[in-house]
Amino acid sequence: MNVVLSNPEQGITREQELIAQVQRGHTECFYDLVRPYERRVYAAALAILRNESDAEDAAQEAMLKALANIRQFRAEARFSTWLIQITVNEALMRRRRERTRMMEGIDDHRDEEGEYTPRDFADWREIPSEALERKEVRQKLAEALASLDRKYREVFVLRDMEQFNIQETAEALGISVASVKTRLLRARLMLRDLLAGGWEQGWFSRLPFEKGTKPW
Amino acid sequence: MVNREAVNCEQVWREISNYIEGDVDAVLRVAMDEHISTCQRCKSVLEGTRNVVQLYGDERMIEIPAGFGRRLERRLAQGARVRRSTWSTWSAWLVPVAALALIAGGVRWANSLTTPHPLQSEHAQPGRNIPPDMVVVVSAGAKDFHVPGCDVIHNKEKIRTLTAKEAIREGYVPCVRCMRKYLQTAGLSPLSPEPVAELGLSVEDEDRPRGR
Repeated sequence: MNVVLSNPEQGITREQELIAQVQRGHTECFYDLVRPYERRVYAAALAILRNESDAEDAAQEAMLKALANIRQFRAEARFSTWLIQITVNEALMRRRRERTRMMEGIDDHRDEEGEYTPRDFADWREIPSEALERKEVRQKLAEALASLDRKYREVFVLRDMEQFNIQETAEALGISVASVKTRLLRARLMLRDLLAGGWEQGWFSRLPFEKGTKPW
Repeated sequence: MVNREAVNCEQVWREISNYIEGDVDAVLRVAMDEHISTCQRCKSVLEGTRNVVQLYGDERMIEIPAGFGRRLERRLAQGARVRRSTWSTWSAWLVPVAALALIAGGVRWANSLTTPHPLQSEHAQPGRNIPPDMVVVVSAGAKDFHVPGCDVIHNKEKIRTLTAKEAIREGYVPCVRCMRKYLQTAGLSPLSPEPVAELGLSVEDEDRPRGR
C-alpha cells in the first residue's frame, strides 16, 4: 500500500487521512480505518440481533455498505458514530425482517411510562476495574445485559457502551429523546438490581475490595 | 422544577439517570445531593448505577468472536474487488449509456413539467436540512420515507433501506411524523442552526455508483 500519512502536527489525524485515501479510491485502506471500531460495531449488532453469528454477518454487511457509501461521509460527523449508525440500521432491518417471519416483538408495545422502583439496596461500593479482567465477571455482566428487554438493551448499549449521546441514540433508533431517557433510566436501574443482587450472592465475593455495611 | 423540600426517594430514583448524565437543573441537583447524603438507600442506588455505567463503558466488556477481524478484512477485500470489477465492466458501457440517459432524462424532465411524479402527494413537503446520507427506509406502494423504526411505516414486509438523498431522488417524500423536524415549516424556524438549504437533486455524487 503506497499511502503516505501526513504529520499529526499538520492538524490532520490518521483517521482523517485514511478517510480521504479511501474516498479517493484506496479501498485497501478501509480495514485500517474501521479496525479500531470493530468491537463497537460488533457490540451494536449483537445488542439488536442477540445472536453472535447474525451479529457478525450484519457487522460485515454494514462495513461493506459503509465502504460503498464512504463518499457520503462528511467531515463534520464523527466517523465512529456514522459507522455504528449504519450498523444499527443494518441490524434493525434484519431484525424487522426476522420478526415479520417469526411474528415476534410483542414486548415492543408494553407500557414504559410506569415508574421503575429499585428492588435491591445492597451496598455496592466501587468496583475496581480489575474486576473486568475476570472472565466470569464479564460473563455475568453480559448475561445481565442479555436478559433486558430489547428496547432497554439497545438504548443502554448505544449510550453506555458505544458512548453515543442521547440525541444520537434517539436518531439511531428512530425514537424520541424522552424515550431514550426513560429507557436508559430503566436499563441502568434494572442492571443495578441484577448485579447488586449477584454481588450479594457471592459472585463478586473474590474481588479485592471491602463490602460496605448495610444500614438496615 | 422540583421543590427542594419535595425531593424524596422516588424522585431521586426517577432522576438518578439524568443526575449521572449531568442533565438536571441546579436546584434539583442540590436537593438530590442533600437527600443522597442522608439516605443510604439512595446512596446505594446512585453508587450501584454509577458502577453499572462504569463497568459497561469499559471496552473490555465487548468481546468479539475469535477471528472476527480476519474474516472482516477478507470480506472487505472481496467486496472491494467486486466493486472494482463491476465498475470496470460498466465503465466500458458508460459513455453510450450516459448519452442515452441524457436524452431520456431530457424527455422525462420535459414530461415532468406537465405530469406530477406518480408517488408525490399534492400535500407533500420537500423537507429541509435533511442529511443526505441519513439512512431511511421506504416500503412498497407507499410514497413516504421514514426513519427506521417509525410507527407509521406501511407494508413493513417489503421495506428497503437507502439514503435520504436517494429516496428524494426516487420521488419519496419525508414522513410527516418521524421526519417532522425536517419539514418545511420546521425548517423555517428561527432556531434553525444554519441557512435553510433545501435538499434537492444536486448533481454532486450523481455519477457515483449506488451502494448495495
